[in-house]
Amino acid sequence: MSVARYWREIPRRYRLEAGKCSNCGYIAFPHRLVCPECGSRKFEDYRLKDTGKIVSFTTIEVGPTEFSDQVPYNVGIIELGDEVRITAQIADADPKDIKIGGKVKLEFRKIQQDGHAGVIKYGYKAVLV
Amino acid sequence: MDNNKAGIVGYGAYIPRYRIRVEEIAKVWGADANSYKKGLDVLEKSVPGPDQDTISMSVEATKYALKRAKIDPQEIGAIYIGSESHPYAVKPSGTIVAEAIMATPDIHCADYEFACKAGSEAMFVSMSLIKAGEMKYAIGIGGDTSQGAPGDALEYTTAAGSASFIFGKDNLLAECLYTHSYMTDTPDFWRREYMHYPRHGGRFTGEPAYFKHTIGCGKKILEKSGMNPSDFQWAVFHQPNGKFPKRAAKMLGFSFEQIKQGWLVPLLGNTYSGASPIGLTAILDVAKPGDLIFMVSYGSGSGSDGFIFKVTDKLPEVQNLAPHTRYQLENNRIYLDYGTYTKYRGKILKAE
Repeated sequence: MSVARYWREIPRRYRLEAGKCSNCGYIAFPHRLVCPECGSRKFEDYRLKDTGKIVSFTTIEVGPTEFSDQVPYNVGIIELGDEVRITAQIADADPKDIKIGGKVKLEFRKIQQDGHAGVIKYGYKAVLV
Repeated sequence: MDNNKAGIVGYGAYIPRYRIRVEEIAKVWGADANSYKKGLDVLEKSVPGPDQDTISMSVEATKYALKRAKIDPQEIGAIYIGSESHPYAVKPSGTIVAEAIMATPDIHCADYEFACKAGSEAMFVSMSLIKAGEMKYAIGIGGDTSQGAPGDALEYTTAAGSASFIFGKDNLLAECLYTHSYMTDTPDFWRREYMHYPRHGGRFTGEPAYFKHTIGCGKKILEKSGMNPSDFQWAVFHQPNGKFPKRAAKMLGFSFEQIKQGWLVPLLGNTYSGASPIGLTAILDVAKPGDLIFMVSYGSGSGSDGFIFKVTDKLPEVQNLAPHTRYQLENNRIYLDYGTYTKYRGKILKAE
């Protein structure tokens, strides 16, 4: 991920900033220009809740190069309190402790880093509660 | 309103879930675990996950502080982070924390470094800006993913954690009544540029360093306040191991009962800049209105910052709005073996 792209995505990665359709209330995460439900172009800023439940998950045993040091690691679909679903790593968890429907909260973590000299990228990961 | 009144309006601590026991480290180096446990008064220590650093822990600690303070982050005028382990040599930690809590862009950020005193230094400056009337709120953070060389005595204690304090003038949880700082040039512990691990003077870190400054600062702030150790319900000191703060407390006239709640080191280890600040959060979790809290930090190089806080009626209303420090310390622990610990701490050299 380029530094510029990472910087552009800071509002949603750091603060879970989404857009809420002013017409029908649809929550777009990330932001969209046009509401897929009603076609409206009017959105207001909305911050997602940072707690939710696990809808599904998997454990990655063989990861891509950037994540190879982290295997095995868990990735889940999380339904947040506002019914928005996001994909996130489930950190600090043994796969046997992860249950569908299990409660999680989102924590601020390092997501990636470009070697020893590159930029460190932060964002959200889910942890069991 | 007293214009010089200032104190804590929100506080929070974050401790990672990972731990390693003294036995696990001693086993690798052929050392006698019981000697270390007895000598250091430490049983285990916290370890940051591979995706955690001073910034990520400080964000979480600050989120907890905001839950207790119930303020608009846009009203925060400064964020200062004290640490020996800022993830970047050049690029501020403070801006990332400020961005994560939505306190940008009208804010002043600075990263502090003064060995283990950097956290109390950030607290001191934050509170001074509030007293000076420069801003409505300021945040002082102390946090570290402490470094200790493999095989060094420090490896048994170097731990991870962060504490965040929001200072303000109104709706105080604890008013700061007195401060005092005490420092000299004492090279007892240092880390040079580009070095991964600090060096220390062994026993030299004791009498002429930790004790001289901790006791010196403690005596001066007692003198300044006209108070006696018996006036305080709680006391907290820098805790590089279990024995130093117990001895410092005794030398100043405090009992073990007064320091027990904030004496986290046997299970937490030494969180460097986070040590006495995290201990203070554990005290604030249980303190009652009217209680007096005595705090003296210590950072090598060397110096101590002393604070006297008086708890207000508001503290009990917010204590349970975020996880208690001792709850984080004593629950949901994940124990690591030494191999995984070295991998998580980046101590294994891999081919490029």
